[in-house]
Amino acid sequence: MQAKLKQTYNYAFLDEGSKKEIRRATLKAVAIPGYQVPFASREMPIGRGWGTGGLQLTLSLIGDHDCLKVIDQGNDDSVNAISIKKLVQSCTQVKITTDSERATLIQTRHRIPEVPIRADQILVFQVPLPEPLRMVEAKERKTKQLHAEMDYSGIWLRLYEDIVKWGKVSIGADYPALAHKRYIFAPSPIPRYDLPKLHQADGLFLFGAGREKKIYAIPPHTDVEPLAFEDYPFEVEHFDGCSCRRCGSTDTFLDELYDETSGEKFYQCSDTGNCQKRQEMRQADL
Amino acid sequence: MGYVAVTGGQKAIEAADQLNLWYRLKDTEHSLETTDIEKQLRHLVDRVMSESGLYAPNYAALAIKQAEGDLCEAAFLMRAYRSTLERTYESLTIDPGRMRVIRRISSAFKDIPGGQILGPTMDYTHRLLNFSLNHENSAEMMNILREKVPDLKLSQPPVFQKVAKLLREQGLLFPPKSSGTLFDITRDKLSFPAPRSAKLQILARGETGAMTALAYSNMRSHIANHPTIGELRVGYAEVTIAYPLDASESICLGEIMITEVETINAFERDEQGEVKLRLGYGLTFGQNETKAIAMAILEQSLETEGPSPTQDEEFVLLHVDSIEANGFVSHLKLPHYITFQSKLDVLRQTQKIATATADKKRQINAQKEGQNDAGKAETNI
Amino acid sequence: MLGYRQLPKTTGNEAGRPMTHNEMRPLLSVRHLTKRFGKGCSFCRQPENLPPLNNRCPRCGTVWACNDLSFDLYEGEILGIVGESGSGKSSLVQCLYFDTSVTGGTATLSNYQDGETNIFLESPQQKRYIRNHLMGMVYQNPWTGLKMNFSSGGNIAEKLIAAGHFNVHHIQKRAADLLDHVEIPLSRMNEAPRNFSGGMQQRVQISKALANRPPILLLDEVTTGLDLSVQARVLDLIRRIQHESRTAMIVVSHDLGVIRMLCDRTMVMKQGRCIEAGLTDQILEDPHHAYTQLLVHSLL
Repeated sequence: MQAKLKQTYNYAFLDEGSKKEIRRATLKAVAIPGYQVPFASREMPIGRGWGTGGLQLTLSLIGDHDCLKVIDQGNDDSVNAISIKKLVQSCTQVKITTDSERATLIQTRHRIPEVPIRADQILVFQVPLPEPLRMVEAKERKTKQLHAEMDYSGIWLRLYEDIVKWGKVSIGADYPALAHKRYIFAPSPIPRYDLPKLHQADGLFLFGAGREKKIYAIPPHTDVEPLAFEDYPFEVEHFDGCSCRRCGSTDTFLDELYDETSGEKFYQCSDTGNCQKRQEMRQADL
Repeated sequence: MGYVAVTGGQKAIEAADQLNLWYRLKDTEHSLETTDIEKQLRHLVDRVMSESGLYAPNYAALAIKQAEGDLCEAAFLMRAYRSTLERTYESLTIDPGRMRVIRRISSAFKDIPGGQILGPTMDYTHRLLNFSLNHENSAEMMNILREKVPDLKLSQPPVFQKVAKLLREQGLLFPPKSSGTLFDITRDKLSFPAPRSAKLQILARGETGAMTALAYSNMRSHIANHPTIGELRVGYAEVTIAYPLDASESICLGEIMITEVETINAFERDEQGEVKLRLGYGLTFGQNETKAIAMAILEQSLETEGPSPTQDEEFVLLHVDSIEANGFVSHLKLPHYITFQSKLDVLRQTQKIATATADKKRQINAQKEGQNDAGKAETNI
Repeated sequence: MLGYRQLPKTTGNEAGRPMTHNEMRPLLSVRHLTKRFGKGCSFCRQPENLPPLNNRCPRCGTVWACNDLSFDLYEGEILGIVGESGSGKSSLVQCLYFDTSVTGGTATLSNYQDGETNIFLESPQQKRYIRNHLMGMVYQNPWTGLKMNFSSGGNIAEKLIAAGHFNVHHIQKRAADLLDHVEIPLSRMNEAPRNFSGGMQQRVQISKALANRPPILLLDEVTTGLDLSVQARVLDLIRRIQHESRTAMIVVSHDLGVIRMLCDRTMVMKQGRCIEAGLTDQILEDPHHAYTQLLVHSLL
């Protein structure tokens, strides 16, 4: 199967023309932080909604000098992450890693690695729903106009009504934020915990929505402000008093699990690559 | 942890691949021949070609075999393959008016020049399970059929004038809307309002069931639109390209089977005040009659304005694609525990706030009551 | 000839108080406002070609909803626009609030870029600024002006947010004050107006329109369809607002009774044209135009 792909398909699956077009859209996205650039998304050999947007970005950028890390929910060994890695490997000769610090390109679904992204790294997000205003406006034509005129009172009102009803904003992941004081964008369904990592970062963040045919970006050193009222500040997830059962960390995003026999709740790092490194370091210290 | 390690996820995927093969072959003595699929499951092949937008009966048969008969999966296999193919040529416009017709009906007229041709259709078969197919002898059957079915290729190829042309000559139809430059939905970025050529392309490879349901809603409830089929024709049309060395010459690449439907809708008044009929247009690869009719209904509905979902181009065009709809609905099978954790956190915080608010209210009420009681006590004294 | 006649402006004496410098200069000046539905043709583009008392071009069928309207609105005054349905009065306020685009004409606001800019030609962003800060609109149908599935407080919040307020506590306080002002019980602030009666919905709409203290309020048939007692309460509220805040208002109504109760000056419209204008009392006592006479007589 893998050998055959190499013969039948172009390097990195996409034809060079398509790659060029995607890179052009990406350049435009970098030039206008948070603005959703439409592109002619190609059909990929993985399901629409299963990371085709991120995959197209990755394939348009990747070369043999690259070292790739793919995570789903922070996990390198998730079947979906494995499946994507397998596909990239079958049409390129790139190295694969689970160590985010060794990777030049990281494709992710729903998480940002714990170790900050460096200036020489690119983080590619898989995006299911790129339009943050969709929750208040169903029509694409209309949301486009709202962005153009920076008419954002609708989404703010949605947050206000949440506070009236629930005492706080009820959005969990995919929390809308303002990119460089201009465009409201959807950070993809990363937890709120990860959102501040986009603000004034060193690395480049690219967002690809294959089914919705949009590319957008948060370039290095861009202001990213989560939408929040002055007296109801933005809050990340709470893990007070919890620690990772494997590496003992208390300053990472944790998965909540239940022990098979005792039924007891315990926590574990969501970033498996980082957790592994911490465990190794802990063992070396002993 | 090095990058060569084989992990649990990798093993699981490999096992899943093997299990697919195992379940496909374990209870059978021979593997299904793709030619049997191609030749005997015509409508299945036609549907896969139509929804994938790739006319390749042998590949469609292979995709059906590989997908174990899952239509969406088969169309997806074809679509993913098609997406990597180079565009070598653009064909000249196909003229369905000149196609080699095997079936042709009009419900608008009792008879039409050239006549109604029922052709191959199950429309008038009784839906009774034919148990003799369990033990069909195809050689014997073919001997009988050879005597009965005339060889169409030997007789004069039946080329018929289109019903729409007759109506047009009498000045009863609006001229077809011109598309201007041709939009390519696989290569250009779509934005709304969509050009007409993009609408037709999306509908032509839309999912049959989704399109039928939408067209049905258009006919049944929202606008109670009941178009008349001016003409439905099924047959073979030539695909030609311009001769590279002399554009006035063309080269025929072969034939494809298509279904074309023209529906006649309500008449309307145009800007010049002329009253004419509007045509709805549907065209699909293969023999896909219901889909072609649904396409004509939806295409026409999108040309009108109103409250029906079928008049909303974003609603129709963004939801009829099999690959996109299936992909997104099925992606719910992927792990979502990070987003769920985040939601759980919000829920727990909200519960805390609710409890705190309720406690506060209770306190205030208790205080009030205490004051009232005190007041009462005083007056009692 | 049914041409435009300059409205006499309210003088200090009539209002029973001295005129200030601000009142000398109109808050809103509209000149030659024209709105047509249809392409128009060489015939009807000459307004004098249109048949008298008909705004539909006999040649091309274009409807001239507003035909060459000019008037001024001064601080603290209420200008009435009266006419039958189809006279173009609703189109006029919709044009002023940018709900629909004008075909021609100008409008300037003395408190916007020093009254130098034709607001009809501004960018959508600038128009939104004007809608959120300088004008409020109350529609005949509360479903147009309110988000029925959001809370009443939220409806007001929307306006406040649009004007750059991002403090929930302050927003809630302001919304509570506004709702209290229009006599909506605070206990219903977090309820959606879809559960309210027509009169209450109209009062929520008024409070929403007032959220950012706009100097100009446009009211389009706001009491139409309400019970008489409910009508009286809404009219009372409008008068109270005008007395307290000196908000200038344009009141559109087919009901001369409403106009008589509220308006200092009045413009009578028919078939997209202004056929008579002046002090409301004058018009009621001594109507010049036959149509106005008809209106006044039917009132008596």
